Amino acid sequence: MSIRRRKQLSRVMLYTLAVILALWTLFPIYLITLGAFSTENAIYSYPLQLWPHHVTASTLSFFVNSAGVIPSLERSVWVLLITLALSLGVGLPAGYALARFKFPGANLLRLGVVGTRAFPIVILAIPLAATFIRWGIDDSVLGVAIAHTALALPFAILTTSSIFAGISVELEEAAMTLGCSRASAFARVILPLALPGLAASAIFVVVLSWNEVFAASTLTVLHRTLPAQVVAVLDQALLPYRFAGGFFLLAPPLVMIFVIRRFLFGMWGQVVK
Amino acid sequence: MEAAVAPRATIGRRLRRREGLPYWLILPTVAYMGIFFVWPMIQAFELSVRVGGHWTFSPFRTMYHDIRFGQALHFTLLFIAIIIPVQFVLALTMALIANSDIRFRGIFLFLFILPLGASDLAAGLAWSSIFTQHGYLNTILQDLGLRHTPYIFINPQHQTQLTLEIVAAEVWRSTALITVILMAGLQGIPKEYGEAAEVFGAGYFRRLWTVTLPMLKPAIQVALLLRIVLAFEVFAVVLAIGGQTTTTLALEAWNWQTSYLNPHVAAAYAALILAFSLVAAAVVIRLFRTRPEQLLR
Repeated sequence: MSIRRRKQLSRVMLYTLAVILALWTLFPIYLITLGAFSTENAIYSYPLQLWPHHVTASTLSFFVNSAGVIPSLERSVWVLLITLALSLGVGLPAGYALARFKFPGANLLRLGVVGTRAFPIVILAIPLAATFIRWGIDDSVLGVAIAHTALALPFAILTTSSIFAGISVELEEAAMTLGCSRASAFARVILPLALPGLAASAIFVVVLSWNEVFAASTLTVLHRTLPAQVVAVLDQALLPYRFAGGFFLLAPPLVMIFVIRRFLFGMWGQVVK
Repeated sequence: MEAAVAPRATIGRRLRRREGLPYWLILPTVAYMGIFFVWPMIQAFELSVRVGGHWTFSPFRTMYHDIRFGQALHFTLLFIAIIIPVQFVLALTMALIANSDIRFRGIFLFLFILPLGASDLAAGLAWSSIFTQHGYLNTILQDLGLRHTPYIFINPQHQTQLTLEIVAAEVWRSTALITVILMAGLQGIPKEYGEAAEVFGAGYFRRLWTVTLPMLKPAIQVALLLRIVLAFEVFAVVLAIGGQTTTTLALEAWNWQTSYLNPHVAAAYAALILAFSLVAAAVVIRLFRTRPEQLLR
């Protein structure tokens, strides 16, 4: 076989492999979407339809109107908003400090933040449950948000730090030469430049919180968040509930991943270092 | 005093002047992680060995003698042993495809990493729609004429089969994370190295084995560490696919905490998961100790 033929053959194989792997990731997303948008009757019939026939939102609306779904959805949104505020409020200054200052202990902090990944963070929920009872914030939105922040904070620090490190110090110095204080140089020069990256980082924190199940379902009893609600009724859930619930949990974060796709490698590149 | 002597601090000095500023900036983080990360970890241990004010091993004994403990341990270890090699081969293939010069590689890469947004619960629900008795997989098998009656995929009698199905769902969901990490690592490797090897006649797989993989070691280490630690936490995907017909260490911790209302045994499970994770992390870090000069050789 000539070298050219071999090159062509390996190209065909490469494309085939790429298409197969792409189909592998799309396959379950397609099926759960298909299921969520078919009628309840279609879900109970067998064999199932593999192509969209009657596209309808009735199964989704059955899920949304099931007992407990809307209040738990509201709570999930509150949890992710508080988590976002806490992780950026606490993490952003630390990220800025790590990017801009050399100070004794900086490496220790970086190591500590990176080191949190060696710990299974979900188990935090078990001791926290006892602590929250003592503090009177058990079974609450705030309690879940506190646990989620412990999860998201290391991530927020590393990503914000890499974003600030990517913005030249000279810009800050120039602003200060022109009479800005450090705070106003930060607010008027650095922050606007960092905004797209920070938004991506914020979206990822939101995805983390929306997707977290273990802590949410351990720390709540009556005031469940959406994933906790779904887990709680899972063993008696009907097929339409499972199909629509799966889609409902899956769709928003996939859209968010799409929005921040360009930033993902920059964020994880920092984590690899 | 200093201010009175120095007429005016230069801007550079002002910018680099440390005072306490960085420490004030990191204070909230240190406080938060101390209260809500370090302290609970310690408390988890205390909870597992202290019941009603007495030091005791009884939570660990209860855990050990529980009939589901062996099953949970067996499942978790088997799960990790299967999923890690499968995921690494898959993720490396995806990253190499996305890093090659084929057309639409950006679109392929995006599709590969899409499951990054899926929670283990959502992934479990999606895959249970495939594996359930009157679900998609049986529909496809029937349409292809391979079966005439639905096969029971989710069968408590077939624990290994159940494990493989949960592995499939988790491979689907969490390979994206490894792909992203490996991709970030690949992008940091200068193209010249591979080109030089090619000049000396190294074929594709030879270059992959002797140039790319050694250079990728730090990324592989991070991915492996993250993957093993996360694998000890598998929970919702198991519940969504198998219900309580099989179990994991994290699922048992959750059962003891929320169903049997015994936080001490739950904490014993948590302590065990923590111990396993730390040992695994230490092993990974030791195995992958890379000396800088090794990379340049």
